[in-house]
Amino acid sequence: MATLTAYLTRSRRTEQPPVRALHPVAWWLWALGLAAAASRTTNPLLLGMLLAVTVLVVAARRSDAPWAGAFPLYLWGAAIVVALRLLFRCVFGGDQGIVVVLHLPLIELPQITGLTLLGNVTAESLLSGLYDGLRLATMLVCLGAANALANPRRLLRALPAALHEVSTAVVVALSVFPQLAESVNRVRRARRLRPAPSSGRVARLRSLVIPVLEDALDRSLLLAASMDARGYGRRGQQAVLTGRVTAGLLVSGLCGLAVGAYAGLDATAPRYLALPFLLSGLAVGLIGIGLSGRGVVRSAYRSDSWAAADVATATSGLIAGALFSVTAKVDPHYLSPSLYPLEWPQITPVSAVAVLCGLLPLVTAGRSPRAYVGASIAARQHP
Amino acid sequence: MITFDRFSFWYAGRQVPTLEAVDLRIGDGEFALVTGRTGSGKSTLLRAVNGLVPHFTGGHVEGRVVSVGRDTRDFPPREFADRVGLVGQDPLAGFVTDTVEEELAYGMEQLAVSPQVMRRRVEEVLDLLGMAPLRSRPLRYLSGGEQQRVAIGAVLTSTPKVLVLDEPTSALDPAAAEDTLSAVLRLVHDVGVTVLAAEHRLERVLEYADRLIVVDERRVCDGHPSELMRTAPLAPPVVQLGRLAGWKPLPMSVRDARRRASTLRADLAAVPLPTRSEVGDARDGLVARRVTVTYGKTVAVRAVDVDLRPGEVVALMGRNGSGKSSLLEALQGALRRSHGSVTVAGSDPARIDRSQAAGLVALVPQQASDLLFADTVEAECRLSDDASRMPSGTTRAVLDELLADESVPNASHPRDLSDGQRLALVLGIQLVCRPRVLLLDEPTRGLDYDAKGRLSSRLSALARSGLAVMVATHDVEFAAYASSRVLVLAGGELITNTATSAALTASPVFAPQVAKVLAPVPLLTVDDVAQAMVSSAERIGLS
Repeated sequence: MATLTAYLTRSRRTEQPPVRALHPVAWWLWALGLAAAASRTTNPLLLGMLLAVTVLVVAARRSDAPWAGAFPLYLWGAAIVVALRLLFRCVFGGDQGIVVVLHLPLIELPQITGLTLLGNVTAESLLSGLYDGLRLATMLVCLGAANALANPRRLLRALPAALHEVSTAVVVALSVFPQLAESVNRVRRARRLRPAPSSGRVARLRSLVIPVLEDALDRSLLLAASMDARGYGRRGQQAVLTGRVTAGLLVSGLCGLAVGAYAGLDATAPRYLALPFLLSGLAVGLIGIGLSGRGVVRSAYRSDSWAAADVATATSGLIAGALFSVTAKVDPHYLSPSLYPLEWPQITPVSAVAVLCGLLPLVTAGRSPRAYVGASIAARQHP
Repeated sequence: MITFDRFSFWYAGRQVPTLEAVDLRIGDGEFALVTGRTGSGKSTLLRAVNGLVPHFTGGHVEGRVVSVGRDTRDFPPREFADRVGLVGQDPLAGFVTDTVEEELAYGMEQLAVSPQVMRRRVEEVLDLLGMAPLRSRPLRYLSGGEQQRVAIGAVLTSTPKVLVLDEPTSALDPAAAEDTLSAVLRLVHDVGVTVLAAEHRLERVLEYADRLIVVDERRVCDGHPSELMRTAPLAPPVVQLGRLAGWKPLPMSVRDARRRASTLRADLAAVPLPTRSEVGDARDGLVARRVTVTYGKTVAVRAVDVDLRPGEVVALMGRNGSGKSSLLEALQGALRRSHGSVTVAGSDPARIDRSQAAGLVALVPQQASDLLFADTVEAECRLSDDASRMPSGTTRAVLDELLADESVPNASHPRDLSDGQRLALVLGIQLVCRPRVLLLDEPTRGLDYDAKGRLSSRLSALARSGLAVMVATHDVEFAAYASSRVLVLAGGELITNTATSAALTASPVFAPQVAKVLAPVPLLTVDDVAQAMVSSAERIGLS
């Protein structure tokens, strides 16, 4: 009987295995891979697929945590990017191309500027704006996905100990930002209690901004003090010279990484800037981090280990990025469809597979724990 | 364990020290209680124990502080993490992680404790503080009492020898405060932690303290509570009652006092009850019927009827989250109600515009500073005159009338004012339109006994001038002093609506100390007792 009960309780437990949130670095690698893929193409079909894949994964796998709530903002940002691009093409577009879709009066600016405004709007220039905008928008959404899916605090824990000054600032910002929204709400509610100052917008804005900023500042200081009092960034005595050397190494490493990453993503940059800079920047940075991290001793309560699911997730994004890079060299035609003359964009099987690779997290990542369900209501009750 | 040696401290740019020549020795395992007026330097004293003062705040230091064998001059606060655990006033502001378990582990991670030991200590602390069911809950959505216990637990896991608590119960309702205090006392008795705690509401902790540290005008003196309490400027009601009745030694707890009070009870039982002043008709004040407020699917306030009559001060009580703030905002009209009606002098404050509504109902929110945004008191008053279209100088005049004996200089920044002065300033601004009803949300937070007394007499003066006043408060003693009627909310429903004397003597949780000592005599405050003693003496003289 006892064994039966034990069996039953165990089986009930196995029905709902504890959900393991994926390693935040895995999410970032996945998203960066997709972003890299997007940077290689202007094909609207492929970009649309990339967008759909990203949004689908976020919708299915994000938790209800505060940082996940920002994803719609990235979508809005993306929409604005596309709309602005289209608007600029209408205003500054000139009349390249032959298929005119809209006749607008042409405004000649003084000869010396060599610019004209408005004029005939062609399908070619509109589409080129749309493609460009879509590419940027997709990259933006990919970054937003990483932000929504990866727990930023766990990500910080994955950072080396040496960067603790940076991470203090980030932790403070992470904690204060959601509270900022709350205090904006609170102050707006409070403001309704006092007759509105009649002396114009500035005073009205002041009455919102000043209490909110004071609140944010107070909270940041309290949090920083609490972190300090609880031993954050403890280290032995470190010589001043070591500190300067590590700072120099870190900064130059970061510069190298930035140049390398830029050249790597921009297909038109000279190749010798890409990989060599990336690697040397990485090496210099690692040395700096190693040096400065020697003083700091920490341990991890639940260390974030890499499991098969994490590796698979990261790989799926990276494969998508890599396949696009290879295709860009071998068969660039499909990645950037011709505008002059206009052509229907097409998809090759390889690129479709590459994009669909990005869906793998739907399998590898479990549903995120829903610890935050219903909590927002409770929060309003305990303001 | 902690030694202050001729310690003086000046904040940067100040001519006058905040603390001067402090000498203190706190032994191992003591429970030391720090008390003093608002702004007297209690927090500075506490933060000096682990070196946050001066390492984090900046400033000038003379003398020294040695905590658990380390001089704060030689080590930054983070090197004290395994020796001194500091819990601030607002636990939520100090949380670094997202969930209870992570927060408990955070300090140990910084100290590089091995994972096995961390697991064990987290479990121990969860059990010690009775938080095991909370372990994976997000911190932001815990109740105030739970947050406070997590904050204490989070420093305990680093096994400090000293625990420093800055007003651990100031934001909590009576029941949550009891929870937190009993957790702290268990630590003192079972674990042997040395505790240094600041607290305004002495009535809650005085009886447990081994040592009392009084911070007054930059100076610090310490000694046994029963000796220091004879002359201390701030004393809980039970001590004031003892002083009044001339008991020696002074009682520190309700239990002490009750054992001495048998004759006093007998004397007072024959005295007729003090009558409270007359009140007007609710139709001149505020009439609310079946007020309901919902957030999404949650009902915050459910079909509450409230009458506020001119000339009375009503206390609104109830647990954290029972809907007090929502009810006040709904009565003021700033928060949309989903059902019900509110009528003030024939009109509904929610249906008329903001500046007209200000002439009917004024609300002082929980965080009064949210209403202030100018650089100086003077500018703030000018803005207020301007917004309410009153002749210039009106707000200042209202403020001066409110302040009576205190002063709020025109040139000072609203942030530099004490909590009591800031509250007065906001009151002045909100009263400039001469509303008929005044609502206050938790005004006593951070106020010492004197400031609370002043607020209480201000409110009764306003009521005498014809205002209807309602105060949401957790503070039973304040409600006993200030109010004539008590409303109690639970889960958004009104469960009690009776005279203060009946409401506050009925339940042990809500009874003020004097009522507990004198039960069944229904007297609530030391002033009531003083008055009753006078009339009892007169009766004896007559007969």
